[in-house]
Amino acid sequence: SLGSWWLWRFLLGFEKGEGVRAVPLSGHVGFDSMPDQLVNKSVNHGFCFNILCVGETGLGKSTLMDTLFNTKFEGEPTQHNQPGVQLKSNTYELQESNVRLKLTIVNTVGFGDQINKEDSYKPIVEFIDTHFEAYLQEELKIKRTLHSYHDSRIHACLYFIAPTGHSLKSLDLVTMKKLDSKVNIIPIIAKSDAISKSELAKFKIKITSELVSNGVQIYQFPTDDETVAEINSTMNGHLPFAVVGSTEEVKIGNKMVKARQYPWGTVQVENENHCDFVKLREMLIRVNMEDLREQTHTRHYELYRRCKLEEMGFKDTDPDSKPFSLQETYEAKRNEFMGELQKKEEEMRQMFVQRVKEKEAELKEAEKELHEKFDRLKKLHQDEKKKLEDKKKALDDEQNIFKQKKTAAELLQSQAQQAGGSTTLKRDKERKK
Amino acid sequence: ITAFSKIQQKNLEGYVGFANLPNQVYRKSVKRGFEFTLMVVGESGLGKSTLINSLFLTDLYSSEYPGPSHRIKKTVQVEQSKVLVKEGGVQLLLTIVDTPGFGDAVDNSNCWQPVIDHIDSKFEDYLNSESRVNRRQMPDNRVHCCLYFIAPSGHGLKPLDIEFMKRLHEKVNIIPLIAKADTMTPEECQQFKKQIMREIQEHKIKIYEFPETDDEEENKLVKKIKDRLPLAVVGSNTIIEVNGKRVRGRQYPWGVAEVENGDHCDFTILRNMLIRTHMQDLKDVTNNVHYENYRSRKLAAVTYNGADNNKSKGQLTKSPLAQMEEERREHMAKMKKMEMEMEQVFEMKVKEKLQKLKDSEAELQRRHEQMKKNLEAQHKELEEKRRQFEEEKVSWEAQQHLLEQQKLDASRYTLVHTIALTLALLLLLD
Repeated sequence: SLGSWWLWRFLLGFEKGEGVRAVPLSGHVGFDSMPDQLVNKSVNHGFCFNILCVGETGLGKSTLMDTLFNTKFEGEPTQHNQPGVQLKSNTYELQESNVRLKLTIVNTVGFGDQINKEDSYKPIVEFIDTHFEAYLQEELKIKRTLHSYHDSRIHACLYFIAPTGHSLKSLDLVTMKKLDSKVNIIPIIAKSDAISKSELAKFKIKITSELVSNGVQIYQFPTDDETVAEINSTMNGHLPFAVVGSTEEVKIGNKMVKARQYPWGTVQVENENHCDFVKLREMLIRVNMEDLREQTHTRHYELYRRCKLEEMGFKDTDPDSKPFSLQETYEAKRNEFMGELQKKEEEMRQMFVQRVKEKEAELKEAEKELHEKFDRLKKLHQDEKKKLEDKKKALDDEQNIFKQKKTAAELLQSQAQQAGGSTTLKRDKERKK
Repeated sequence: ITAFSKIQQKNLEGYVGFANLPNQVYRKSVKRGFEFTLMVVGESGLGKSTLINSLFLTDLYSSEYPGPSHRIKKTVQVEQSKVLVKEGGVQLLLTIVDTPGFGDAVDNSNCWQPVIDHIDSKFEDYLNSESRVNRRQMPDNRVHCCLYFIAPSGHGLKPLDIEFMKRLHEKVNIIPLIAKADTMTPEECQQFKKQIMREIQEHKIKIYEFPETDDEEENKLVKKIKDRLPLAVVGSNTIIEVNGKRVRGRQYPWGVAEVENGDHCDFTILRNMLIRTHMQDLKDVTNNVHYENYRSRKLAAVTYNGADNNKSKGQLTKSPLAQMEEERREHMAKMKKMEMEMEQVFEMKVKEKLQKLKDSEAELQRRHEQMKKNLEAQHKELEEKRRQFEEEKVSWEAQQHLLEQQKLDASRYTLVHTIALTLALLLLLD
């Protein structure tokens, strides 16, 4: 804490202008009003708190919220037939004396209802991360309004454990393990009026040892502030809280108390012998609400932020000697990034050039083939033509020969006729004789 | 997904306990402790150190740790003293920044520059530690308030006063003070104050303003204070007995000017305002206004180095990471578009070429067909010719054959006839 840091600085020395020196006051200055000034500012600004309830359908999450905050919040109870896990969030404005609280209650709908629950934790982690991301984006904006930002990050996660009396389900362990570095987990045993006192003690021990052996980090009520160290430390020993929720009132003695009535007796919600409801309310709301908010901001959010920035390639240059320059990092990051984009662009262009070349070659090849084909055809045609020519010539020759023959024959005939004519004449003469 | 659904008002049906939140905040703040940095600026001899000692009821400046005016410097220095004070269980780490040498030279041009540099460097430190990947506890060394001491000339602000305030009013909360107010009568003081405020307004200097509250009573008080600005103060390191009371004051032959007497000066108002009621607000304004201005200016310069200035105007509401994301997306979109366009051009060109090829093929094919037809026609013609020829030949040959036959017949006949004749002759001869 900063207080001890200053003490250390103070002890470091009294050097002029360097060390811090403690000086006595000779009267009442008035800066002891600073905490009040701060409180006034906070009260004027209003408070905000976001609770996430994780647990199977039917474990009384909504009823518990109603009981904790003494108000009827939500509508319908959910059915068991949800196809996946959904997170439903509602924001309410509450006021108690002069304190205004913007309370957001997030419920996991359909958690534990599926046959395959391997991915059940994912929507929850995503939800938490989304709100961390939103805060981070706001924080990184150039023009930002952090002081009026409505913080949507989850400050507390109430994990509802089914009152089996035996041990945690594997879904519980898996989910809590995934969430313990992202949110403050407060495990509670739901509907604990189903468990007898002796079973409950054993159940709590079993749960605690399972959490420890699986390395699940649940939220510890802080013990560094002497004013609350004792009560917090005691309460840490009562985790997980076994709770019962009810908005029904029953008359006990001459008072109306919140209770659940059974034939064998009445379970009084606010009776510390019956269940840990009062402890939960005390710890969650009356003593440690502010710490839950602070832990979310300084631990869980910082972890998210660090991981996100490292993922994007940011890193602190030299942690101790050279002061970290945001400027240089952003510049470097941006140049690198622009370079990458340029490269991608270039690659794409090159790829296109390549394709064009290939296609051109292809088309050229096709063109060549085409021409070859037609050259062949042309040649064939030439051959045919030649053959035809030859045939023609042959015919011509034949015709010529024939003509000659014919002419010769006709000549002969005409000669013969002349001769034959005389012969014929002779014959005729003979005949006449 | 991060937008909040409609916020519903709900009434509580019983005590819940979050009304205890302010106590939780109180408790934690006490555990954490507080810090505050106060800067004092003014020529030497105006009673700055004395005032600080009076304000904090301590010997912050003493013979062991002399105030700025006793540390004569050739040029303006900016020096820090850190003290830890405790009161009512509340710890305050107080840093006093003073500026020895300010306004003391003959030529005071730019004597405000070291002050500006100091304030900026504290902003820069904070920005750097806020921007680290691994953030640790960030000590807040930013200057939360600057007390500017005006010499009680009675005539108005000096050019140096105006110049300094104009250059610093957007970097730090300025509270101007009239020093050594016990050298003026109340009337003179009143005139002086009016003059100063007029000049401040004239030069559009933004001095620290008290915030409005919802409380009517408080607003009335605030108005009263506003009417007395700038505050005229007197400081003292000595305790004097007046009417049985031990008070801080300045002993004159004609009486004692009491520091904490509201009729004598505005010191009490200053202390109440600076320490008891508005210390937190001074820090908040420094954080939410002055620091944010510095930060956004610094980051805008970095992120938009060389980029189009027109674009940067609308994008200051984005974080640099989101900015890069958006640039990436834009670039992707641009590339996709470019790719599509190139693809289109490519396709078109290919289509063109293919079409040309097709046309060329069709043309060649057509020509080939034509030639083939031609050839076929010629073939047919030839066939016909040949047929005719053959026909002719056959018929002529047939004719010839007939003639031949006739001739043969005739010649045979002739021969027979001749033989017959011969025989006949022979016979006759016989």
